[in-house]
Amino acid sequence: MECVFGFVGNGFAVVAADTSAVHSILVHKSNEDKIMVLDSHKLIAASGESGDRVQFTEYIQKNVALYQFRNGIPLTTAAAANFTRGELATALRKNPYFVNILLAGYDKETGPSLYYIDYIATLHKVDKGAFGYGSYFSLSMMDRHYHSGMTVEEAIDLVDKCIMEIRSRLVVAPPNFVIKIVDKDGAREYAWRESVKDAAVASA
Amino acid sequence: MQIFEYNGSALVAMVGKNCFAIASDRRLGVQLQTIATDFQRISKIHDRLFLGLSGLATDAQTLFGPYFCQPVIAGLGDEDKPFICTMDSIGAKELAKDFVVAGTASESLYGACESMFKENMEPEELFETVSQALLASVDRDCLSGWGGHNTYRSKGKDFERKDGLSGTKYLTHEISMDLFF
Repeated sequence: MECVFGFVGNGFAVVAADTSAVHSILVHKSNEDKIMVLDSHKLIAASGESGDRVQFTEYIQKNVALYQFRNGIPLTTAAAANFTRGELATALRKNPYFVNILLAGYDKETGPSLYYIDYIATLHKVDKGAFGYGSYFSLSMMDRHYHSGMTVEEAIDLVDKCIMEIRSRLVVAPPNFVIKIVDKDGAREYAWRESVKDAAVASA
Repeated sequence: MQIFEYNGSALVAMVGKNCFAIASDRRLGVQLQTIATDFQRISKIHDRLFLGLSGLATDAQTLFGPYFCQPVIAGLGDEDKPFICTMDSIGAKELAKDFVVAGTASESLYGACESMFKENMEPEELFETVSQALLASVDRDCLSGWGGHNTYRSKGKDFERKDGLSGTKYLTHEISMDLFF
């Protein structure tokens, strides 16, 4: 099952997600990037039904871009989170999206923030959050080791601790993870943590 | 899955002497898992009216639509007479003179309020009573707790404004209580 988690540090927010694309017992690919760069200073880490995940996050990404084109200024992280929640809430009673989202962003005025949005459109601003079976392990690790104002080094250390815990304790643990970070310099990929690499295909 | 027990909640409102208090727990959960311990269930509509929403958190955040929510309404009515009421999710009103409760801890809350309530309590005593009733009840309910938000409102001093109009300054006290182990 998909593992997504993240938390807020000193002037940045970090999110990590597993990278397995799974259908029933088959692992289609092990390098699927589930953390979308929403705009220059926002990340959206999504987990849930694969079709919904891609369709919904792309829909949000394009609407956030449209707002910026129309109005000349980007949405704040809070505004983007509330917009996302609104879309999930509107669809909930017609054709629900089974997507859980952690939206991380950096605003110049308010600094870093993280929003927890579950698939039934419950929105809450949090310091740390997680989804999936991995959350049983990562939330406990974060409860133990997280403190406000962590440096990037401390934060990545905590992310690695959570990944270690998931790998060793979850029966269907995903082998690979991607870590992305957002701070005043923007949203970017930080690192991959791979324990299984796709085998190179022999050329024909 | 019981939809009213998906997120967990506890709400209580009580009437005192020319004052009211409304309190809620702070837990936001997804069934057995706790997501946050700082969730706000009570909203201020205006100076003399507060609304608390228990039940499904997503519906408490949605403006229009079918709601799996039970509201608790508390305010100061005509002549600053305190008013409280609660409803179920389809609008069956319960107007009470003493206290109203809602949420997953409602049964415990009924018991705690019934035994701790007294008529015509002053604001400070009312605050203490509501806090103790809430904390005692959520301690017996695994789906609610992690502290409480308590707002109590009473009519304060009358005053004269610079533009010659007079008004009443209402005293609102909002206290956040943490759970100590």
